[in-house]
Amino acid sequence: MSVLDSKVPKGDLKTKWTNYKDHVNLVNPANKRKIDVIVVGTGLAGGSASATLAEQGYNVKAFCYQDSPRRAHSIAAQGGINAAKNYQGDGDSTYRLFYDTVKGGDYRSREANVYRLAEVSANIIDQCVAQGVPFARDYGGLLDNRSFGGVLVSRTFYAKGQTGQQLLLGAYSAMNRQIARGKIEMFNRHEMLDVVKVDGKARGIIARNLITGEIERHSAHAVVIASGGYGNVYFLSTNAMGSNATAAWKVHKKGAFFANPCYTQIHPTCIPRSGDYQSKLTLMSESLRNDGRIWVPKSLDDVKAIREGRKKPTDLSEEERDYYLERRYPAFGNLVPRDVASRAAKERCDAGYGVNATGEAVYLDFKSAIIRYGKEQAKIKGEDNANDARIYDLGKDVVEAKYGNLFQMYEKIVDENPYKTPMMIYPAVHYTMGGIWVDYNLMTTIPGCYAIGEANFSDHGANRLGASALMQGLADGYFVLPYTIGDYLSNDIRTGKIPTDTPEFAAAEKEVTDRINAFINNNGNHSVDYYHKKLGNIMWEKCGMSRNEKGLKEAISEIKTLREDFYKNVNVPGEANELNKELEKAGRVADFLELGELFAKDALTRTESCGGHFREESVELDGEQKGEALRDDKNFTFVSAWEYKGEPSDAILHKEELEFNDIELKQRSYK
Amino acid sequence: MNLTLKIWRQKNASDKGKMVTYPVTDISEHMSFLEMLDVLNEQLIEKGEEPVAFDHDCREGICGMCSLYINGEAHGPDRKVTTCQLHMRMFNDGETITIEPFRAKAFPVVKDLTIDRSSFDRIQHAGGYISVNTSGNTQDANALPIPKKNADLAMDAATCIGCGACVASCKNSSAMLFVSAKVSQYALLPQGQVEATDRVLNMVNQMDLEGFGNCTNTGACEVECPKGISLENIARMNREYLKATIKG
Repeated sequence: MSVLDSKVPKGDLKTKWTNYKDHVNLVNPANKRKIDVIVVGTGLAGGSASATLAEQGYNVKAFCYQDSPRRAHSIAAQGGINAAKNYQGDGDSTYRLFYDTVKGGDYRSREANVYRLAEVSANIIDQCVAQGVPFARDYGGLLDNRSFGGVLVSRTFYAKGQTGQQLLLGAYSAMNRQIARGKIEMFNRHEMLDVVKVDGKARGIIARNLITGEIERHSAHAVVIASGGYGNVYFLSTNAMGSNATAAWKVHKKGAFFANPCYTQIHPTCIPRSGDYQSKLTLMSESLRNDGRIWVPKSLDDVKAIREGRKKPTDLSEEERDYYLERRYPAFGNLVPRDVASRAAKERCDAGYGVNATGEAVYLDFKSAIIRYGKEQAKIKGEDNANDARIYDLGKDVVEAKYGNLFQMYEKIVDENPYKTPMMIYPAVHYTMGGIWVDYNLMTTIPGCYAIGEANFSDHGANRLGASALMQGLADGYFVLPYTIGDYLSNDIRTGKIPTDTPEFAAAEKEVTDRINAFINNNGNHSVDYYHKKLGNIMWEKCGMSRNEKGLKEAISEIKTLREDFYKNVNVPGEANELNKELEKAGRVADFLELGELFAKDALTRTESCGGHFREESVELDGEQKGEALRDDKNFTFVSAWEYKGEPSDAILHKEELEFNDIELKQRSYK
Repeated sequence: MNLTLKIWRQKNASDKGKMVTYPVTDISEHMSFLEMLDVLNEQLIEKGEEPVAFDHDCREGICGMCSLYINGEAHGPDRKVTTCQLHMRMFNDGETITIEPFRAKAFPVVKDLTIDRSSFDRIQHAGGYISVNTSGNTQDANALPIPKKNADLAMDAATCIGCGACVASCKNSSAMLFVSAKVSQYALLPQGQVEATDRVLNMVNQMDLEGFGNCTNTGACEVECPKGISLENIARMNREYLKATIKG
């Protein structure tokens, strides 16, 4: 028997959540006023949870490292948010959304959690509209939907290319209302640096005021971690510069198991890096693949000519181009799921067909789409004799209406006009499905410590579908946690305020202060970024889009060596008692240097290929699927939850077996 | 390219602060402006000096954190971009670039190029929301059709990223564009009507308390706004304000 208890309620999948809510322990309104909750992070999950808990009457203390909760990185999500509303009457339902999410996650998520997610998805849209979120509408004034990768229905709600921004500002407005009422105490420019446990329960945090450098003790009856994912372990990712795993890693070190760290999503349509100075990568919405065709030249001579500037991509005829996704996956073509598209791009670039100076770029070409739309428009307008130039102009208008903001963004960054020449794209780290292990209540293995949104592991399995991250963040924060946390807090109505002048808080504070002083006094000779870039390079080369035993073993030992060197030789200028960005980065990179090793260890242990985790040793050997990812359901239908024991190499693996009662496990085929 | 940077250095809020000159060499035209500053900071750290503190986060023009006043313009010479989206190809080899924080009484400097914009948050606390609790039982999202035109205009107003370029560009340090964007978003939607009167009065009142200046319709804010928020929002807010004052 595993030490992990998922606490999934008994009974039929479709009634579990309803039954749970009917029987869960509640806290009466007068008692809620006596209970404090800390929320770390103010993105979609943390922001919505803070607002809702405060509305219910709890005293919320919310923390973010940015200068305002409105800046959390949820704001950068572009495409949309899924919900099983079936407004389009195209056969969508709660079950279908559940099914698509489990299948898309390559059968490595927990069934009951995903069903609950699909169930509350419709409420999210109602709630956001009531808050004044300006979703896109059709001419009848009703809400519009678009379709996303990996599904057969249109269930994605959107607000131009800024859906994440609008949803976050909705949650931020709900927070503002509670801040004004005094029910949320907001701590901007504060970073959580440790969790404090009293009698085994999470009872507070140690936070650093990033302006004054002051180390502060904050107590509460429960602590909620909503600090996002750990994509920045790769240095280059589409995450914000400040996105970090510190809060998640600190609770891991204090007893929260860390689940499936090797499940990472590498998104196929990002703007390629242009040089060593690159600080981050920019994503362009997956919706581009609806109309763009992906290709590289067929001949290496043409590749060379293009790299040297002797030829332009538009000089190559159709016969000289290799539309490799259409060639390999005739059924799905350019719309294969993210993991498949990313690996195919890497395969071509590794074979030498990359089209820019770094050799890491493929083309995304809109010419066919422009002509197709142009001909359609000419027909609609009755222009039977339209010439090529006229057709191009008509088609360009359609493409501009659909993707204008993305094309403009591309042009600003790359300085090339994507209407005239194909875009260059390359995969980049985008989202981490792994995270802190939580049970059905979203509680970690530390009593009273919860994890929500991207910070937990629960809903996306080994691969996340587009437009599902926003759904999960808001589902956890608005509709799930506010119920489940009450069940735990109902035991705390007589506890009274948690004092901070206790040995537990003093010990945690000392640990934090010692660590900061060690960095400041180190007098090393390399900057924090020097180490972060080196770590990122190891992760990308050896724990990236495809992984093998040899590479993973090398990664483990290289990261360990790098970590030792970091502690000896890192140089953190400035003082502890002031705004010191290098000091902030040092703490975060120190945690990444441990997480990265556990990541590689997890990837090494999981010898199957599933979703975003591709092991070169586990591929189909023959038949139509030859060379494609091979899952091993017999041996790996479980969640890997790692227990901290000191060095990452000492971490102990606990398995949560996954049971699928309402879904049949199938091979994903896109041929 | 090689450049000379003149950068505002200020140790903390109580320090007087001054411009300091730094040369940077071998800058690629493909770098973003902030990547160029990263290069400078790496050099400063190597020399044992303190790096320049500046705010930034998403580096894709949406979080609103970056806030540099470059050669006398908020977010620099390019249009409809934030500082993080500004690229070095907008500058010439050998150029001297002046870099300052966004300046306004209501945006005190924290350190170097980092400022405190919590006044913006406090204006939002005063009314930047619709009072609806999370219940899961609000009416169905499609129960209330909203004309596409109004929904689109509300969206245009809602794209404000709260960076403060409007304030930094205004000779009066007025926050009218920022406040009016929020007031407009809700004024254009049926959900926002119930609290419309109190909202505009309270938000404008808070704006004045924070020490932002008055609007004299110069339009500089609209020119420098990285998201293209229109002056029409200010006109709409003035109408809302007038309506609210008459209603009392």
